[in-house]
Amino acid sequence: MNKDTLLFEKSRPGNRTLRLGKLDVPEADLSKLPAGALRSTPPALPEIGELDLLRHYVLLSKKNISIADSFYPLGSCTMKYNPVTNDAMAALPGMADIHPEVDPGRAQGALRLMKSLERGLGAITGLPGVTLHPAAGAQGELSALLVANAHFAKLGQTGRNKVLIPDSAHGTNPASAATAGLTAVEIKSGEDGLVDLADLEAKVGDDTAVLMITNPSTLGLFETNIQRISELVHAAGGLVYMDGANLNAIMGVARPADFGVDMMHINLHKTFSTPHGGGGPGAGPICVTQELACFLPAPWVVEEDEGLRLDYEAPDSIGMLRGWPGNFGVLVRAYSYLRRLGAEGVRRVAENAVLNANYLRVKLNGTYHVPFDRMCMHEFVCNTRKQKEHGIHAIDVAKRLIDLGYHPMTIYFPLVVSEAMMIEPTETETKATLDAFVEDMLLIAEEAQDDPDKLHAAPVTTPVGRLDEGRAVKQPILRHACHKG
Amino acid sequence: MPWIQNTDADRAEMLSAIGVRSMEDLFEGIPAELRLSELLPIDAGLSEDELRREMAELSSWNSTLEGGSFLGAGLYRHFVPNVVDSLQNRHEFVTAYTPYQPEGSQGTLTAFFEFQTMVAELYGLEVANASMYDGCSAAVEAVIMASNMVRKRDKVVVSRGVHPHTRRSLETYLRWTELEVVEAPLGADGRTDLGSLADDRTCAVLVQSPNTLGVIEDGKALATTAKDAGAVAICSAYPTSLGLLESPGAQGFDIAVGEGQCLGTPPCFGGPSFGLFACAQKDVRRMPGRIVGQTVDEQGRRGFALTFQTREQHIRRAKATSNICTNNALIALRGAIYMAAAGPEGLAEVARHSLAKAQYAAAQLGGLEGYSLPFGDSGFFNEFVLRCPVPAAEVNKAIDRSGMIGGLALARWYPELGEDALLLAFTETTTRAQIDRLVNTLATLSSAAPVA
Repeated sequence: MNKDTLLFEKSRPGNRTLRLGKLDVPEADLSKLPAGALRSTPPALPEIGELDLLRHYVLLSKKNISIADSFYPLGSCTMKYNPVTNDAMAALPGMADIHPEVDPGRAQGALRLMKSLERGLGAITGLPGVTLHPAAGAQGELSALLVANAHFAKLGQTGRNKVLIPDSAHGTNPASAATAGLTAVEIKSGEDGLVDLADLEAKVGDDTAVLMITNPSTLGLFETNIQRISELVHAAGGLVYMDGANLNAIMGVARPADFGVDMMHINLHKTFSTPHGGGGPGAGPICVTQELACFLPAPWVVEEDEGLRLDYEAPDSIGMLRGWPGNFGVLVRAYSYLRRLGAEGVRRVAENAVLNANYLRVKLNGTYHVPFDRMCMHEFVCNTRKQKEHGIHAIDVAKRLIDLGYHPMTIYFPLVVSEAMMIEPTETETKATLDAFVEDMLLIAEEAQDDPDKLHAAPVTTPVGRLDEGRAVKQPILRHACHKG
Repeated sequence: MPWIQNTDADRAEMLSAIGVRSMEDLFEGIPAELRLSELLPIDAGLSEDELRREMAELSSWNSTLEGGSFLGAGLYRHFVPNVVDSLQNRHEFVTAYTPYQPEGSQGTLTAFFEFQTMVAELYGLEVANASMYDGCSAAVEAVIMASNMVRKRDKVVVSRGVHPHTRRSLETYLRWTELEVVEAPLGADGRTDLGSLADDRTCAVLVQSPNTLGVIEDGKALATTAKDAGAVAICSAYPTSLGLLESPGAQGFDIAVGEGQCLGTPPCFGGPSFGLFACAQKDVRRMPGRIVGQTVDEQGRRGFALTFQTREQHIRRAKATSNICTNNALIALRGAIYMAAAGPEGLAEVARHSLAKAQYAAAQLGGLEGYSLPFGDSGFFNEFVLRCPVPAAEVNKAIDRSGMIGGLALARWYPELGEDALLLAFTETTTRAQIDRLVNTLATLSSAAPVA
């Protein structure tokens, strides 16, 4: 049996899974449709019965590495365990089979949940203005930059068009700046991996709109000078934005508002344990100071005597960025998670995430080069400098890890460390899992020395080996050819 | 402590290996004055069972659509076969990351290659991406892409028939750019009247079909007018309708987008859903979002990988085609499973049933005294505007009293239609009994209304 066929190759005319019952009203009168409205050629969707459909996707699922089957120390992504209860809560009919345009009186549960989640995120960040609207972190970033635009426009400061972004930042930061009509200016990292204060001082000025800073940084380091950094930006009249991708390391331990942060986003699909789903969906709420709250995207959840409702017409709001209030199903999961954790749990998450990361750091340091060898937060970066003489690169270590039953760490990011391997174990892994991982990483280091070709050849246990990604660009095949000849 | 599996003994050993005495010492990188000494003002944690009870209570305050609802306006309640839930809930799909390591992600990547094929087929265009956040943001991204395809033009023409959330999002995204948004009005027949709005300044023309008033647009004419002016023609089309209606590609549109919720996902209070995005292969380098391509491994075996990544933010940074990173992959996977479950026949059947229910309802409602169909008794797909003898909000209250959920009172979105315009949606899940009850309820209102 060929297990590698596509749906289209399994298709047999006349088959299907979805069949409706008998129509209980007269057949549709197609002659009532406007001339030319009917489809001339049906879409060549696959024609497949239920069992074969089931087998197809079950077999596909087995070709994935997931948190459910493997340790997944993918730095910057916070691949923690996603409690299955959260999914069950989001699937409750009263949470899923509901329409955002019902009379608000028929959606008080959904609105109450949103309001409570807003308060929880406000407490964690210390920033009281919260919107749950953005679809993901990048849209949160964009929303915040548009909030900044609106804020400066209201002040009549039209010359603020620069966004200062450290060179270790996620690519979404400069991309969001460009989308907001602003110009990204790169700030260098110093020898210690932190923002170079001299470079910041040289570049901050009266054209600065926003500094976007990831704290802890993508190197897994807390920006020790964060108060000074905020002072510099504020003194120049700019706003401080924090990319909250790494909030997992500090929640309950320190509040961004206390560092001088004016705005930030939170990736609910990282810190608040919504599953990554092969790339999404996430949600990217943003939290801002009271002063900036009037500009937050609409709709807002507002509380009135007769209950809660969605307000789409807030006058100073930057407006909508997507359809409807937000990724509600993701919000239900985040709310469920936060309710289970409570105040104490929130802090325990950060403590154990940082504990696990530092444990791996000290265990791997020496075998692998750790460029910033000091206490890290929830993740740390090492590289293959010690393996270079054997012709081993970060990608070889990563691919070999796949053969040993892991999803690899993040490689080649952040860009400021060459051959970077960024490791984030998260709080939900045990010491036993981490010890086994260390053993395998030490084994790989030995193999790098004794049998480097074994690493170059990896992975060999997966359905396919290393793919020719150049060919995918040069000879692009982006869809199955349904209409041959 | 839920989900933290290390024991106190484990923690003690780990702290000692790190060379610190306490958990507090781990945070030495954070200046002491910034560290919190007290717990945050958040309620104490709940057990799983306590959470379940709380959520049962909260969800009981929401009304589901199960008992009958005529709300649509962009989100439609279609039947979802159980196999969609069952497969999408596989942990291997749910808990995997973005497929940046292709050897360990062939499941997700293959599913997205198939997804792209199905979306391209549905829209009648050559290629599709691996999904956007939702239909609204997909339309915005299409306009931004168009502005990069046709340089030195700064005008975007958007039909008033395009969903108001899309029009508002477009305004939000474009307010700080050089692009100017101009609205094309709807004619008396409810169709877009482009007039002479598409000109040599226009980079993009965005329409929606069926439009927000339920009216099927003359896509071919609109696409032709846009392209004759040298603009990129973009259509947002309701995927279910394409089981029956002509594809945007066949009508001549350059880019087609859509809201994917109708393909296997409940309305979920507006999200998460996913956005569909299709265009010609020649334009793929300007496309936003992730794209999966087919290639081979060293042994010549077929495999799939993310491709054209140099368009994306993690490589191109400020010059990326879009800032999108995380998308709505898992919901798009639901869409793929749904489309595969339906096949061309199943999708056509869902479309025909939805149309039949709407036609059955329109025939009766339009005949009731005091009610009328301002845009005619034909020309719609599964949703139409009903003009009522009393304000639409009052009609909704009466439907509410009958145990069902009414339609959308249109005055908030289209004040020019007045307080008495009601938008009603129907799908294959609407039963004849529900429609009959709707007709009876509205008939009662009509006889009670004061004679003008």
